[in-house]
Amino acid sequence: MTPAKRAGPNADLTRRYADDVRLFHGRWRQLSLAALVVAMLVAPFGLNDFWLSVLIYSAIASIGAIGLNLLSGYTGQVSLGHAFFLGAGAYSAAWLSSRFSLPFPLWLIGAAIIGGFIGGVAGPFALRLRGNYLVIVTLGLVVLGQHVFENWTSVTGGLSGVPVAAPLSFLGLDFAKLSLPGAEAPLSRNHGFFYLSWITLAVLALMARNIVRSRPGRAMQAIRDRDVAAEVVGVSLVRYKVGAFVVSSGYAAAAGALYAAYARYVSPLDFGLTLSIQYIAMIVVGGMATIHGSILGALFLTAVPRLVETAGPWLPFLSQSASGGGITIAAANQMIFGALIIAFLLFEPRGLAGIWLRVRNYFVAWPFSY
Amino acid sequence: MSDFLQFLIAGVSLGAVYALVSIGFVTIYKATGVLNFAQGGLVVLGAMLAHTLRIQLELPFALAVLGAMLLMAFVGAALERVVLRPLVGKPVFAVTMVSLGLLIVLEQVASAVWGYDPLLLGDPWGVSTVSIGGVSAKVADLWTIAAAGVVLAVLWFFFNRTLRGIAMRATANDPEAALANGIGAGAVYGLAWAQSAAIAALAGILLASGSKGVDLSLSQIAFRAFPAMILGGLDSPGGAVLGGLLIGVTEVMAAGYLTPNAPWLGANIHGVAPYLIMLLVLMVRPYGLAGTAEVRRV
Repeated sequence: MTPAKRAGPNADLTRRYADDVRLFHGRWRQLSLAALVVAMLVAPFGLNDFWLSVLIYSAIASIGAIGLNLLSGYTGQVSLGHAFFLGAGAYSAAWLSSRFSLPFPLWLIGAAIIGGFIGGVAGPFALRLRGNYLVIVTLGLVVLGQHVFENWTSVTGGLSGVPVAAPLSFLGLDFAKLSLPGAEAPLSRNHGFFYLSWITLAVLALMARNIVRSRPGRAMQAIRDRDVAAEVVGVSLVRYKVGAFVVSSGYAAAAGALYAAYARYVSPLDFGLTLSIQYIAMIVVGGMATIHGSILGALFLTAVPRLVETAGPWLPFLSQSASGGGITIAAANQMIFGALIIAFLLFEPRGLAGIWLRVRNYFVAWPFSY
Repeated sequence: MSDFLQFLIAGVSLGAVYALVSIGFVTIYKATGVLNFAQGGLVVLGAMLAHTLRIQLELPFALAVLGAMLLMAFVGAALERVVLRPLVGKPVFAVTMVSLGLLIVLEQVASAVWGYDPLLLGDPWGVSTVSIGGVSAKVADLWTIAAAGVVLAVLWFFFNRTLRGIAMRATANDPEAALANGIGAGAVYGLAWAQSAAIAALAGILLASGSKGVDLSLSQIAFRAFPAMILGGLDSPGGAVLGGLLIGVTEVMAAGYLTPNAPWLGANIHGVAPYLIMLLVLMVRPYGLAGTAEVRRV
């Protein structure tokens, strides 16, 4: 569906359906995307390990957030169960890479398939239950999942967790020990994992973008806006509700698998309700039903706690230890999470993506106000 | 048999607390359509306020309980006015998520003021037990059942026999028609929050009585009360009581019988059992045991 070439100042306007579903809206977006890619390739050379790990965790969180946004933002099925699928992916990666010693892309894909399968089993609940009932059932999923993670010791290692040694080499290219031609020392593991995680994110984000701009995406949004009406015009609720669950949990499992591979250790405590709430916060703060919003939200909410930690010693109202009374840094971060969710929903329900849209429109329309 | 009766009393007592928390959920849900995740925060805050009134201000226990409930009623009404009123008419998802954010903020405020250590409430029951016909029961459990029974009776009377209670039901049923009859929706929303915060405070105090004390983990009770509320049906006060008792008894029975006899199920099976039962019931009855089925018009 390539739009016909047009010239003149209106070339980028959306005037037809084909314009609306195109992948890149105009030359400027293509250029800025290319600039972004170059910046990401160069970035690790100028960053220390701390900020590299923040960006790696952001990429991993972005994958999970895109998955949740497909389910909650696009299809309107609010789920508190995302942490369970992340956990399922993490343990699958640990299991696949240790038991079967699968190489790099296979443990990731395998984990995503296992996660998607579990999502497909949980999906039919969404056909039977709506709204708040679904929220609580997915909350139950997290509780049940934690119980399984803690007690299925032969696979999960129980409460003490399980170490993960997932190989990172792909077609002879070992991401754990990348080296530049001509350089004597190889690049650090963080450096390689940075590329690995952001390339995976780029592939999965493109896939999600293609899902939402084509027929399934329209069907999902129709279900979100009014499922009865969607059914009447011929959208299969079974197909797209369960499908959204499968794809979303597949994304979550992929994110969990990458998390396990990067952290090299998985414990059941990592996948509690707090994690689900953090992912909800990411898509609310980033922007519901946007792919780039998911990434913005994940970046923002991964970076903010680290920023507070870094700035902690200079903030007089924060205490450095839990015993000293006052507000600890961890407590301050929790509070910021809660306050951010409230503030965004009250003042900017479209999230960071909405703010970005406003800023862009201001410059596009300049010098006119709109 | 005496084991069974003992478990039953403990289960009904736990179930009574679940019923109180679920009634709080249902009150707010019926009046405003919000699934209030912040209920757990209100439970903790209420119990901690009772600790301050009892231990630091040295009030008599009964007075401390009433004081905490009254203060929490004000807190509840204030939260509604400041945080939730601006969201009236917004999508349910937004409001629910705001209450989730509120829970996080409330928990952290409570820990910043009262710290992380368990605080004792100084209640008169302590750990004493009585023996009724060979079955020993905790005094605190019996008081819990009695207090919950009284509150539920008062609530029934309020909703069925007083003008204000009927006004609340009218607003829950149809806000616009109620408005046309001179019942302000805002006042009803505020009252619902005040009521449910006061009940949450009582539930927190009952839970923290005896040797347990109150700390942040008490807010988890709200998450354990969710199955109770869903089981009964989101919009049914009677269902909340039924679901609460069912879940409470299940939890204690699972801990009493399953954990020693079927260790392969895992040590924490009693914490999971309520959710399993909830899933089973919802597969058969998607609107709970007593909830109203949503009518979908095409």
